Amino acid sequence: MLTDKEAKSRSERPGLSTTGIKHIASLARIKITEKEEKGLKKDLSSILEYIDKLNEVDTTGIEPLYQTTGLVDSFRSDEHRKDFEMNEELNEKLIGQAPHKENRFIKVKSVFERDK
Amino acid sequence: MHMHKIEYMLKLMINGFTIKDIQEGLAKGHFRAEEVFKKYSDKIKKENKKLNAYLSVFEPPLENGKWKMETSPLAGVPAAIKDNILIDGTVCTAGSKILKNYISAYDATVIKKLRKAGVTFLGKTNLDEFAMGSSTENSAFGVTKNPHDLTRVPGGSSGGSAAAVAADLAVFALGSDTGGSIRQPASLCGVVGLKPTYGRVSRHGLIALASSLDQIGPITKNVYDSALVLGAISGHDVFDSTTVPSDVPDYTKNLNKDIKGLRIGVPKEFFGEGLEDEVNQKVQESISKLKNMGCEIVDISLPHAKYALAAYYIIVPCEASANLARLDGIRYGHSSKDAKTLLDTYLESRSEGFGAEPKRRIMLGTYALSSGYYDAYYLKAQKIRALIKNDFDNAFKKVDVIVGPTSPSVAFKIGEKASDPLSLYLSDIYTVPINLAGIPALSLPCGNGRESNLPVGFQVIGRPFDEETVLRVSYQLEQVLK
Repeated sequence: MLTDKEAKSRSERPGLSTTGIKHIASLARIKITEKEEKGLKKDLSSILEYIDKLNEVDTTGIEPLYQTTGLVDSFRSDEHRKDFEMNEELNEKLIGQAPHKENRFIKVKSVFERDK
Repeated sequence: MHMHKIEYMLKLMINGFTIKDIQEGLAKGHFRAEEVFKKYSDKIKKENKKLNAYLSVFEPPLENGKWKMETSPLAGVPAAIKDNILIDGTVCTAGSKILKNYISAYDATVIKKLRKAGVTFLGKTNLDEFAMGSSTENSAFGVTKNPHDLTRVPGGSSGGSAAAVAADLAVFALGSDTGGSIRQPASLCGVVGLKPTYGRVSRHGLIALASSLDQIGPITKNVYDSALVLGAISGHDVFDSTTVPSDVPDYTKNLNKDIKGLRIGVPKEFFGEGLEDEVNQKVQESISKLKNMGCEIVDISLPHAKYALAAYYIIVPCEASANLARLDGIRYGHSSKDAKTLLDTYLESRSEGFGAEPKRRIMLGTYALSSGYYDAYYLKAQKIRALIKNDFDNAFKKVDVIVGPTSPSVAFKIGEKASDPLSLYLSDIYTVPINLAGIPALSLPCGNGRESNLPVGFQVIGRPFDEETVLRVSYQLEQVLK
C-alpha cells in the first residue's frame, strides 16, 4: 500500500507543479513558454522517476565522493602568469565580444528601476 | 621514388592515412605536409555537405616554420577538433546558438601541446549542444550523419569528430567524454576512442559540461595512433588544478608486449537486459579471442553499476547548471535584443540561446540543488558514486582490465530516440560508470553486427592512470581482429 504522501509524489512530485516549474525556471534565469513548461514537467518527472531507483540503495554511513584523483590543496606558485599578459589584442578579444560596450567598458542595463 | 609517391597518394584517396603513414611519407619525402593538409581540406570541401561532421574549417597555417617539425611523431598530421575546445582567434560554438559567434581568446592546453608537436588543424567538429547528448541530434547546427549509413546517427556527443575520422576527413580528432561522449560515437562509427583517467589531460580551454567528470581524449583510426596522441596531450597543467603532477610515459612503448596471463574481468552487469544480440555476439567473440591469446577470463560483478546512470543524471545536470550560469548575455555570447531590464537580459538571452536539452538539464540541476532537495538528490548521487568507485577498486584487486560492450546497440536511426530523452540517456549505460569512477577506458571496433552490418565497439577499462595496459590489451586484440 502506498502512503498518502507516496501516492501524491507519484501523481505530482513536490516542486514540479506548474508554479514549481515556473519557480525553477526563474531560479535558472530562463524564460519558458507554456508549451515548454508542459514538456519540461513531463520530461523532468520521468527522469526523476528513473532517478528514484537510487533510493533502493542504503547509503547510511557512506562518504560522498566528489572527486576521484585524491588531489587536495593543489597549489601553483604565486608568480606573474605571463601566458595571460593583458595587452590591447587580448583586451579586444575579451571585451570586444561583449554584446553591449562602450570603449573598454561592458554595458549592462540598470539594476534598479527608476521611479515613475 | 616517384612510384612510391603515387602509391601513397592512392592510399590516401582510398583508405586515408594513419599517423604512422604520415610519419613515413614525410620521412621518405613522398609528400610534404602542405600537400597532406590540402588533400584533406579538399576532401572536406567535397564530402562534408553530406555528413555535416565539420562546423568550420581552417586555412592551412601560413608561416613556413609551422611545417618544419620533423622530430615529433605528430609533425604535419592534420587533425579535427571538437567544437567545445578553444583554438585562439577562431569561432567556438559548443554546438549552441548562444555561442554562435564566440571567438576563442586563447588556445586550450591540448591545442598548445598539439601545435608544439607540429599538428595542423583542419577545422572544428559538430557536437550535441554543450556536449549534452549521445547522437549529435542536439546540435543547434544540424545532426551529423554516420558515414556507415547516412540515415543513422554517429553517436555523441563527439559525433562530428568520430564521423570525420571514420570518413577519413581527418587523420585523428579530439573529443571530450563526460559520460561516454568519446567512446560511444567511436563505437557507432567504427573507430578507436579513448577516455583517459580523470586528471591525466588538462581541460583548460574546454567548455565545461560537468567539471568532476569531463576529460579530453583522442579519436583515431587505430590503437597505436591513440597511444601517440594521448602521449602528446597528457600531463600536468597549472591552468587545470585537477591534473596530476606525474610523468607521462611513452604509451607506444609496451604495445607489442605479450598479454599472456593477464587477468581480464567480465562484469555480468554489462550483459543484461537492453543489450542487442548482435552486439553481445561480437563482444563475446572478442572475449574468446583474448582467452585464446592466453588471458585469464574472470567473471566479476560491479553490483552498483546499474545505479550509475541515475546518479549521473543528477551529478551532470547539477554541475552543468552551475557551469552554464556564465552565459548571461552580458560578457559574450547571444544577448537578446528585446530585453528592457537586467533581469530580462538574463531571462531572454538564455531562453533564446539555449536549445531544449541544455534547458532540460539546467532545470533539472537547479531543481536538484535547490533548497530542500540537495540531500535527496545531489548528496545521494555522490554517495552512490563512492559505491561505484568502490566496486571498480575491488574488481581491480582481482583483474588487470575489465572488458565489455561500449554501447548496448549499433548506430540507431536519426530521430528514433529524439522524442524520449530517457531512452537516449540509456545508450550510455556502459560508459557512464567509468566516468563516475574517474578511470580510463577505450573503445575499439570489434567487427560488424550480423544483422545490421554496422560497427560494434569493444570497451577496455583500466585502473586509474594505467592507460598503458588498456592500450596494450586493445592493441593486441586489434591485431587479431584485423
